[in-house]
Amino acid sequence: MTYIVGNTGKWEYVIGVEVHAQISSKSKMFSPSSTNFAASPNSQVSLIDAAMPGMLPVLNEYCVHQAIKTGLGLKAKINLKSVFDRKNYFYPDLPQGYQISQFYHPIVQDGHLNISTKDGNKNIRINRVHLEQDAGKSIHDQSPCYSFIDLNRSGIGLMEIVTEPDLSSPEETAEFVRKLRMLLRYIGSCDGDMEKGSMRCDANVSVRQFGEPLGTRCEIKNINSIRNIMRAIEFEAIRQVNLIENGQIVRQETRLFDADNGETRTMRLKEESHDYRYFPDPDLLPVVISQTLVDQLALDLPELPDEKIKRYIESYGLNIYDAEVLVADDKIAHYFEEGADLCNPKILANWIISELFGQLNKYSIALSECKITPKMLAKMVKIIEDGDISGKIAKVVFEKMFETGREPKQIIEEQGLVQVSDINILSSIIDDLLVNNPDSVIAYKAGKDKLFGFFVGEVMKKTQGKANPNLVTCLLKEKLQ
Amino acid sequence: MSEIIKYTISQAVKALKNKDFSSTELTIAHLEQMNKHQGLNAYITETADIALKRAGIADQNYHNNSQRLLEGIPIAVKDLFCTKGVLSSAGSKMLSNFIPNYESTVSQKVQDHGAVMLGKTNMDEFAMGSANITSYFGNVISPWRAADCPEMPLVPGGSSGGSASAVSAFLAMAALGSDTGGSVRQPASFTGLVGFKPTYGRCSRFGMIAFASSLDQAGVFTRTVEDCALMLESMMGFDEKDSTSIDFDVPQLRTACNASVKNMKIGVPFDIMQQDGIQPEIIKMWQDTIDILKNDGAEIIDISIPHSKYALAAYYVIAPAEASSNLSRYDGIRYGFRAETAGMSIDEMYTKTRSEGFGSEVKRRIMIGTYVLSSSFMDAYYLKAQKIRRLISDDFRKAFLQVEAIILPSTPSEAFGINQKQDNPVTMYLNDLFTIPPSLAGLPCCSVPAGMSSNNLPLGMQVISKELDEYNSLRVAATIERGSKNISFKPKGF
Repeated sequence: MTYIVGNTGKWEYVIGVEVHAQISSKSKMFSPSSTNFAASPNSQVSLIDAAMPGMLPVLNEYCVHQAIKTGLGLKAKINLKSVFDRKNYFYPDLPQGYQISQFYHPIVQDGHLNISTKDGNKNIRINRVHLEQDAGKSIHDQSPCYSFIDLNRSGIGLMEIVTEPDLSSPEETAEFVRKLRMLLRYIGSCDGDMEKGSMRCDANVSVRQFGEPLGTRCEIKNINSIRNIMRAIEFEAIRQVNLIENGQIVRQETRLFDADNGETRTMRLKEESHDYRYFPDPDLLPVVISQTLVDQLALDLPELPDEKIKRYIESYGLNIYDAEVLVADDKIAHYFEEGADLCNPKILANWIISELFGQLNKYSIALSECKITPKMLAKMVKIIEDGDISGKIAKVVFEKMFETGREPKQIIEEQGLVQVSDINILSSIIDDLLVNNPDSVIAYKAGKDKLFGFFVGEVMKKTQGKANPNLVTCLLKEKLQ
Repeated sequence: MSEIIKYTISQAVKALKNKDFSSTELTIAHLEQMNKHQGLNAYITETADIALKRAGIADQNYHNNSQRLLEGIPIAVKDLFCTKGVLSSAGSKMLSNFIPNYESTVSQKVQDHGAVMLGKTNMDEFAMGSANITSYFGNVISPWRAADCPEMPLVPGGSSGGSASAVSAFLAMAALGSDTGGSVRQPASFTGLVGFKPTYGRCSRFGMIAFASSLDQAGVFTRTVEDCALMLESMMGFDEKDSTSIDFDVPQLRTACNASVKNMKIGVPFDIMQQDGIQPEIIKMWQDTIDILKNDGAEIIDISIPHSKYALAAYYVIAPAEASSNLSRYDGIRYGFRAETAGMSIDEMYTKTRSEGFGSEVKRRIMIGTYVLSSSFMDAYYLKAQKIRRLISDDFRKAFLQVEAIILPSTPSEAFGINQKQDNPVTMYLNDLFTIPPSLAGLPCCSVPAGMSSNNLPLGMQVISKELDEYNSLRVAATIERGSKNISFKPKGF
């Protein structure tokens, strides 16, 4: 359990999040405009997105499918009828003067997502997932006298994923967001790129002493990275503890996180909050979907992370850590599975997690750019298994493969790296060694066990590391008896 | 005045086919008449150049015998419809400089059927009004005059007052209007025209500047029921660009005009007829209409729409609620009017632009709508009004189990003077007493001229039919038209 130690005792975090996930879709939610990210300002704007007079929204069904799939991934209830409402407020980058959202009847309700915490697995309840459209962007730093508006983002489909206040630490919250992002990427409903703004997070934070009722919460808006989620929550919770312990009260308010200073600060008080005047959008009919569609989408759903982890443990014999690491990125998982049936999967997993990740990191290369194909890596593991090269030599081979993209066998042959497993050769090397080091032999026999390593090392030196280590061990033991 | 402007559309189409005159001649005759009656202020924008060009094409099509349904027929378009390259102001200062680069579906459809657009007609600002006295472009005057006070200018009704005046004064053979709570039927009644509001969803709302989205529906003014059927056939139809548009085939409607109402069951809500405060002249017209229908063999059935007494109140909650949201887009940021706001904050810019850009009636409705949607009053007003709306729809549904059409007057009174009824907005809202119940239920209705007041002003009767059953509405209206043919619904001097 994570807690904050104050002057009056220990304080518990109570955190809920609202994640705005941009729906992966070629076109916007209510217009045919493209959702292309890096396009020049106002180049992806239809008459509908600019809210020209007489323009009407037409729902992009694909966005609805994406939300249903997300709901299924969150083991939630899919509402066969949901309704779009208007959330009314004025802002220059909100051309309609209202955002189309789902307030009263969201498409998805009552789900959950399992996360691993330091105290074990924890179920985070999902209150709802609803569809809404994004606003445009106001740009204030281009001119001293003018603000500019870019409507490219205006009308892009978002899913707002809202949790119950089930999160109990900044780390848990970060883990939840990571896990959710992984799930969305698996489903393909959001690319999860926080740096591009495709995933943004609001956090509701309050504190309480153990066993006390819920405290007053503050909402921190628009946090754009997992690191900042943790920083913002931690700062905010400590701020609240300090207030209460100094006899002040926490005001319910909306706050902004200033990433430069690591602080949250007041954006608006509850009293200043908008009355959004939600009402059903009369331009759109209720979204009515059939159970058949839901069932079909469920069938089309890929294997999701939790199931995959379970399968890796059960069918490949991986430990939970390795399984989680591989599954965290569906591309890695896919890479692993391509090779897993061709060699010992546990060894393959080790190679991916330690060596492959290490090299990719070292050279800042994405997996998709890596020259080692999964099959090549599996072949290399197989060669180790067959005893043709040692693990140590394999590292040399691996680096060459990474550099050149050539087959392991080819590299081993060219560089003469095949393991020496010939008993006669090894025996004569060992015999020479023992003859030349009589003092060490005597010492070993007298009980200096550590010297065994010295003997192995010497054999390896003589064979440039190619001696079969198992065989060397056996022979040495035999000869030193 | 050239007599050819007095032709009905069906007569004109025949004459054009016959080469009695050309569409260019017909168009010029209308442009001359428009010029002569500038005083009515029926048009905001006249598009003579476009009209003559289109008329030329129409003449060519007649020459090649490839004419379309409305080929070469000069019509007017309410300024609520966006028309490509032509000012589309919705009667508001807010859009007084707005020239769209797109065309509304309905205006596109009638022009695709060959109609020639003469111009854009004046209207109450954002279609809010019942007298056409809220337009930024000035009041529209009716071509009619009351017998007891001929010097007093009368209102044409609203909000489609420009369209009504234009057709009534022969400034166009037909005009597109829009009807949210009666904005076609009430002015049609005031000016002796046939006015039709189809089933909600029959005409696309794409490109029609929104007032109250769940009620707005394109409508049409003509001088005969047959012309009305022609226009409807060309205006209606599914449009994928409007999610509330209904995907249902448009029937042939012209045959309704010759169909008898023999053995047809027609409902009359006699309880409404017996209410206090309905003018005797209106009741007389209603009874005359019943006689006409009976004489043609219809069976009159007493029905009741019990919740209709709450309709006006419910409407004046729902329509302003939707309007307050629909009109939020007019913020001076992207198009339309922006007040002089240099150096001001964004909130000041909004306030000044919207204070100067909207007229008082529009502001009143935005205020009402904002109030009824506010979180503290949502239940008491908006949700209650929605319940009433459902109850009224149910009332109609039950009534239509017994009957195929319902007749109800279009307005509670004849047309009034431009300076009357201005003190209290509620007095003005009462104009829509009879038109609002079917609007809330989304039903098709036709206002057809059916009588004259003692002041020699036209009175209209409303025929309401089932959802998507425009046919029966026209069928009854045509019967009433035939039964009233001894009355002239032409304004004096025209």
